[in-house]
Amino acid sequence: MRYVLRKLGFYLVAAWAALTINFALPQLIPGNPVEALIGRMAQSGGAPPGEAKVLTSLLGLGTGNIFEKYWQYVDGLAHFRLGLSVTNFPTPVSTEIGQSIYWTLILVGTATVVSFVLGIGLGALAGWKRGSKLDAIIPATTLLTAMPYFWLALLFVYVFASNVWHVLPQGQGYDTNSELNVGWNLPFLASAVQHAILPALTIVVSSVGGWLLGMRNMMVSTLSDDYVVAAEAKGLRQRRIMIGYAARNAVLPSISGFAISLGFIVSGAIATEYVFSYPGLGEKLVQAVISDDYPLMQGIFLVITFAVLGANMIVDLLHGFIDPRTRLSR
Amino acid sequence: MTATNVVAAAVAQTGGSGTGRLTGLRAAFRSPRLIVGTSIVGFFVLLAIFGPFFFSNPNALSNTELAGPSLKHLLGTTQIGQDVFAQLVVSARNSLLIGVGAGLLATVVSIIVGISGGYAGGIIDEALNLFSNVVLVIPTLPLVIIIIADVKSNGLVPLIVIIAFTSWAAAARVLRAQTLSVRNREYVLAARASGERAWRIVFVEIMPNELPIIVSNFIFGVIFAILTQAALAFIGLGDPTLLTWGNMLSLAYDNQALSVGAWWWLIPPGLCIALLGMGLALINFSLDQLLNPRLRVYRPAKARRGRAQVSQG
Repeated sequence: MRYVLRKLGFYLVAAWAALTINFALPQLIPGNPVEALIGRMAQSGGAPPGEAKVLTSLLGLGTGNIFEKYWQYVDGLAHFRLGLSVTNFPTPVSTEIGQSIYWTLILVGTATVVSFVLGIGLGALAGWKRGSKLDAIIPATTLLTAMPYFWLALLFVYVFASNVWHVLPQGQGYDTNSELNVGWNLPFLASAVQHAILPALTIVVSSVGGWLLGMRNMMVSTLSDDYVVAAEAKGLRQRRIMIGYAARNAVLPSISGFAISLGFIVSGAIATEYVFSYPGLGEKLVQAVISDDYPLMQGIFLVITFAVLGANMIVDLLHGFIDPRTRLSR
Repeated sequence: MTATNVVAAAVAQTGGSGTGRLTGLRAAFRSPRLIVGTSIVGFFVLLAIFGPFFFSNPNALSNTELAGPSLKHLLGTTQIGQDVFAQLVVSARNSLLIGVGAGLLATVVSIIVGISGGYAGGIIDEALNLFSNVVLVIPTLPLVIIIIADVKSNGLVPLIVIIAFTSWAAAARVLRAQTLSVRNREYVLAARASGERAWRIVFVEIMPNELPIIVSNFIFGVIFAILTQAALAFIGLGDPTLLTWGNMLSLAYDNQALSVGAWWWLIPPGLCIALLGMGLALINFSLDQLLNPRLRVYRPAKARRGRAQVSQG
């Protein structure tokens, strides 16, 4: 219980830090961003009354001293007042985010799980058969890990979606030219899956190496532990030693390393989505940055950060459940 | 990549004893991984230092637009007739500069936060550790993106500073853990008993013992910074006047290199990043093997295995 409380406390602090960074950064925008934004909104139909106030507090520019500004900002967020998008005026930022978050969640979520399972499995096998041909492939995975995600995406587009073989669609989340109803119907889902293959492949290929290497190394050092030797001496079947004794313990650091990797994968997904014009949060963030859409940008940063924090918290709590040692020692 | 770093470091901590270090050292220096790694990195470093002297104006225009590789243009030309090879060579310098600069700065921050915190202990350590963990869980690229979008400056130096100050945390955490295990060893206690000052104990007694970890963190910092800069440039947040591999990719993508099939423009910059990253990672990989005796594989079939690695590396 103390472990759980401690972890919850940590993520509360982390969430507060993210909020505060999000409050502090826009203060650095040169000039008066609110006037500029309202000016641009006026060109596309005029800002609704009160929008200036929302924007001011949202960008941490409210009135009064710094604490009052901070309070206005937090108060606004607590009521989900994220302002209106400037590019797609006057859509609220929360609607914009709501439209794209599912695309990213499904794409990045699936790809991460596939990559994790694949990496851990292969890594366990490579560590088990250390010194074999399979193990000799390991250094090659460093090439995969060092590749820029988006460049790999470009290569995939070049090979599978444009010049060499045109077998897969080049971009977008589904076929926007034919008349598909977005929703739970077969033609749309089929199209969406087809469009997700290349982005997902990009994420899996470039993130699998990290899991593989970490798991392989941990497996090798676990295998020299006494309890593994004891299991061998007892004459247990090899499979059982590999999975039940070695891999089960070797996987723990990978699970706790999940935090850092997830942030990395989410970052990689931003550029990948941009290459494929995938209708997710990453693509939206890039578009917001390009068009100086501050409300949308800050909103997406908060959502991405909170999502990563949430995923980590779940993994951390699970970790305490799987590995009793972390519960006792902390 | 960062995950590997942390996991590998966690492994490095568990394997402590230094038995057979000398033979291990010799084997590590002869390992094909280290040789391949240092050759690749050495090549790029030389290219970055001397290469740009051969190309006075990599942005010079010519009339041969979007031409494939030929003797005149080794890697073809861009849509306005610039020589891709010249741009590639000149970009090496800036890309490496950003990588090394940000890597160094991040390492310095990680040393200050990680080792000092671990040595000081108590409330200072708790606070610094909490700080690094918070920085660690906030995803870096989105953070860097909004910083640059808000600050509106993306020159060489601001970029190095921004990347460094968002990427030191993983290294600091590893160093702290190592410092915690070192701070109560005899030589540190002896130094403290003889009245050495705290900063001297941290920088003269403890830090040299953690040098391999620091070097490994630095190498990962370099890879990370180069990748981050490339991604930033690609999504249009780079300084367009700066020639880097990332900017080349961004220009190529924006000018439809993909749809006209200009592979000579798209492939080389990314391949350079990937190769350099692989070289650095291979060095780190052998460093890991050297640090952690438990990762070494003792097998009679060693010679054969060595050959297999050479052939595939």
